[in-house]
Amino acid sequence: MSLIRDKDYGTPASPSEKNVTLEIDGFKVTVPEGTSVMRAASSIGIEIPKLCATDSIDPFGSCRLCVCQVEGGRGYPASCTTPVSQGMKVQTENAKLNQIRKGIMELYISDHPLDCLTCPSNGNCELQDMAGTVGLREVRYGYEGKNHLKSEKDTSNPYFTFDPSKCIVCSRCVRACEETQGTFALTIDGRGFDSKISPGQNEAFMDSECVSCGACVQACPTATLMEKSVYQKGQPDHSIITTCAYCGVGCSFKAEMKGAEVVRMVPDKNGQANHGHSCVKGRFAFGYATHPDRLTTPMIRKSIHDPWQKVSWEDAINYAASEFKRIQEKYGRYSVGGLTSSRCTNEEAYLVQKLVRAAFGNNNVDTCARVCHSPTGYGLKQTLGESAGTQTFDSVMQSDVILVIGANPTDGHPVFGSLMKKRLREGAKLIVADPREIDLVKSAHVKAEYHLKLRPGTNVALVNALAHVIVTEGLVKEDFVNERCDIDSFNKWRDFVAQERNSPEASEIHTGVAAQKVREAARLYASAGNGAIYYGLGVTEHSQGSTTVIGIANLAMATGNVGREGVGVNPLRGQNNVQGSCDMGSFPHELPGYRHVADVTTRSLFESVWGVKLEAEPGLRIPNMFAAAIDGSFKGLYCEGEDIAQSDPNTQHVQEALESMECVVVQDLFLNETAKFAHVFLPGASFLEKTGTFTNAERRISPVRRVMPPKAGYEDWEVTQMLSNALGYAMDYSSAKEILDEIASLMPTFKGVSFKKLDEQGSVQWPCNDEAPDGTPTMHIGQFVRGKGRFMPTEYVPTSERTTGKYPLILTTGRILSQYNVGAQTRRTDNVAWHSEDRLEIHPHDAEDRGIVTGDKVAIRSRAGVTVLHTLVTERVQPGVVYTTFHFPESGANVITTDNSDWATNCPEYKVTAVQVEKVAGFSQWQNEFQAFTEEQLSMLEKATAAG
Amino acid sequence: MSQSDWDKDAVTQLIDSLKDKPGAMLPILHGIQDNLGYIPKDSVPLIAKALNVSRAEVHGVITFYHYFRESPPGKHTIHLCRAESCQSMNGPRLEAHAKAKLGIEYHETTTDGNFSLEPVYCLGNCGCSPAMSINGEVYGRVSPERFDEILDELRGQA
Repeated sequence: MSLIRDKDYGTPASPSEKNVTLEIDGFKVTVPEGTSVMRAASSIGIEIPKLCATDSIDPFGSCRLCVCQVEGGRGYPASCTTPVSQGMKVQTENAKLNQIRKGIMELYISDHPLDCLTCPSNGNCELQDMAGTVGLREVRYGYEGKNHLKSEKDTSNPYFTFDPSKCIVCSRCVRACEETQGTFALTIDGRGFDSKISPGQNEAFMDSECVSCGACVQACPTATLMEKSVYQKGQPDHSIITTCAYCGVGCSFKAEMKGAEVVRMVPDKNGQANHGHSCVKGRFAFGYATHPDRLTTPMIRKSIHDPWQKVSWEDAINYAASEFKRIQEKYGRYSVGGLTSSRCTNEEAYLVQKLVRAAFGNNNVDTCARVCHSPTGYGLKQTLGESAGTQTFDSVMQSDVILVIGANPTDGHPVFGSLMKKRLREGAKLIVADPREIDLVKSAHVKAEYHLKLRPGTNVALVNALAHVIVTEGLVKEDFVNERCDIDSFNKWRDFVAQERNSPEASEIHTGVAAQKVREAARLYASAGNGAIYYGLGVTEHSQGSTTVIGIANLAMATGNVGREGVGVNPLRGQNNVQGSCDMGSFPHELPGYRHVADVTTRSLFESVWGVKLEAEPGLRIPNMFAAAIDGSFKGLYCEGEDIAQSDPNTQHVQEALESMECVVVQDLFLNETAKFAHVFLPGASFLEKTGTFTNAERRISPVRRVMPPKAGYEDWEVTQMLSNALGYAMDYSSAKEILDEIASLMPTFKGVSFKKLDEQGSVQWPCNDEAPDGTPTMHIGQFVRGKGRFMPTEYVPTSERTTGKYPLILTTGRILSQYNVGAQTRRTDNVAWHSEDRLEIHPHDAEDRGIVTGDKVAIRSRAGVTVLHTLVTERVQPGVVYTTFHFPESGANVITTDNSDWATNCPEYKVTAVQVEKVAGFSQWQNEFQAFTEEQLSMLEKATAAG
Repeated sequence: MSQSDWDKDAVTQLIDSLKDKPGAMLPILHGIQDNLGYIPKDSVPLIAKALNVSRAEVHGVITFYHYFRESPPGKHTIHLCRAESCQSMNGPRLEAHAKAKLGIEYHETTTDGNFSLEPVYCLGNCGCSPAMSINGEVYGRVSPERFDEILDELRGQA
């Protein structure tokens, strides 16, 4: 357990390597040049009183409470804005300074409500502390003068309250919104005594540009900006550091607790992925963990049309095991399989794949990375030699030009998005390749030099065109290529991309992007210094997803942008532990550590430790499982923490597959869409209820620590262990630690990883082993993991999903800030205040042609199916392209997506579906059936409750 | 004049003509106020978009300067000088008189929409204190009586 409050040094650390020695109150101190007097003093335990300074933002010098005296200097400079200098002698406290401070505090307190005892900040208020520190004993001005005490509270944000009557106008919130978050939603309205904090144009927080990241709440020294949960529950009394379970940024958080109840989640200042920043999901949307919809009793049923029967853990596990055994006896060893979860810990993913390989005795294990970043794993392994991103997040602060392809960091990876925006404000150049105008293209103080607004499905053509310019205009970093890469492969690739058909001029017909723009963007990326590429699902979720990943790696190698800070190939991984679940051997062809099941050495290593004979043939991928289920050869599935019925493409097909199975075991927090097709429901544990590790998009392994007991009694790995034991394969782990130790003993990249190391270091980036005992922030330094970097030709093959007269528009999909993937968690929080339904974005031209206005109900019809959504007419999308998010099951976004998938990895082509859009009055047949089925399943659940 | 009555095309044109100047915010705000007499709240998103800043930032600048207003002014805007020279030459008496006569405080507009009253800090007319300006025209040695006369004259013109 850690302290509730971290030490606040008042101003940020100076990055300087040059040291300066000075004397503060007679004590010598040596600090980096550029450090403030305030921070230098704090570093030796002298805490100069302060209100407007905090170490997450630049000093401002407005409250004047931190005045000091410098020998030989004039007046009373603010210690927060005074940098140290060699030989400086500073006094931080004397009668005169105290008199000044008291005078300032008197003014503050003369316009502050004196309700400390009933104030939510009571016990944790910087204003209160400072009044005590300076020894305020009287307020000579009285309290009757002009004041702000009657200012109205703004409670519009569901998570925090803005009470201007308690505001001291220190501007910490305004500066946090600008510097930390980069949204610039707050300002000071008016001036002098009339100054007040104004969200937007003096409007409610919810009506302003605020994205509810919580940076302002974090920065506020009083109760002006305060979590509503603290109003309700009071100040927390202890805290535990853990890792957020939303996106692949993997922010470190302090769960601030009272007993076993989370009062608030506060971003951890020492978190190496997030440095004290957060987004609306991680910071506030944790209420799902205690939502009444949580199912905490195991349940079984014979048929999915039977009511659920609540049973003991023992009965549920035994029933599931006996069903799997029965099925394997009847239909053979390969008729069952399992899915590991990218939402669960490394230890849990490891255990599920171990169960499948050792207890089921086959390799039918897969994970949701199949549908998101499997092409990343394949493409980067083939070219660079390792299935992971090359950099740390912080590396972006050294980038000179940033190329974002098919990713929307400010919505999908908000905390990293803020860091990227910070670098862009410092002057780095930005190129965005995206069919849609994402916020990065243009928002306050950020503007892309080039927005390559390509047609969905043409990434490879664009990447080839960029490569063509680099190769034909002499922009290749010859030295790097000669020294670091396989020259034969480079020559082949160079000859390929240099062909005229790959030129920007020839590609324009496919991409729709003006050739000149592509040429300029390529020149900028190749010659502006450190060039970094960030990409997301807009790259991978295509029939040529792997090809684009390879093309991106080619670009980076050709321009020498690999192997140091500020450059690299950076997949923005979607889920909290999608990197980890892949590392842990969740794919049917790979044992932990991306080692092929056919490799005898690897297999015998695992066989000796696991004590079983392992199958040498790869097992079924998720889409193969569905096909086999419909064929009648795949009959049982153990699905942990994944909602395939909502997340996988072609919903009708998935539903048919699920209905064809005889035993579907779902382990989850809620009765999700897949659980509606389940025969056994095993209650899962949220990230707050378990111990383990997550691995984020920068290969950072961070600790997940249990802050409350599991609601259903067991952490997820314990349930897997019970199931394995019931199946007849013995597992006997007493803690997640023992599992991690086994992983470390079997995976060369994890050799040095342990909970002890994580406790000491906070987190560690793999590879972490004897060669890199503290981990590896930047990969491929000096040499690629595979030895020489391999270039591979990337022939553009247009997707077979084409527009026709019948389906003239292309539908593409994406995410929104406030909701998370299938929404099982965020839909059960107040985040619905921002986004309560998925809408179809359509360009005004296409809308006008069809007589559609914003808010109209429209049918979106593809070759696979039809669904109905409300529209939003916007120029963010280009003519011919429509766009929607996929966070609500009733939206049926995947009812219309097709079976097309990546040639190498089967990653579905979610991003390109030919559709027609027309105005309608009612919902689609699928939606009506969905509604009826949901009602049936909820009644089955209710009956279980009644029987229980 | 209601908020929606302003000419969006003209304002957009004005913003476009100034947005690439260094430090374009103040020239744009002056330009809009010179044209419309005020800066409509719903013109702020246009300014923010053109300058690639947030609405909040534009709002912060507008409200920092008392000269900028967000609602239409009266037909005539009276600026009373409150700087040192005028203060010492019976400025406060003129101030009290003006407020009483018009029935409004600073930053307010008379109910008939005829007059808005604003303070100003020095019109550069100290030799003839107390001074005021109406619609940009400066008047010196303004006694309460002279104030009434000038107002009557303006009313006469209307």
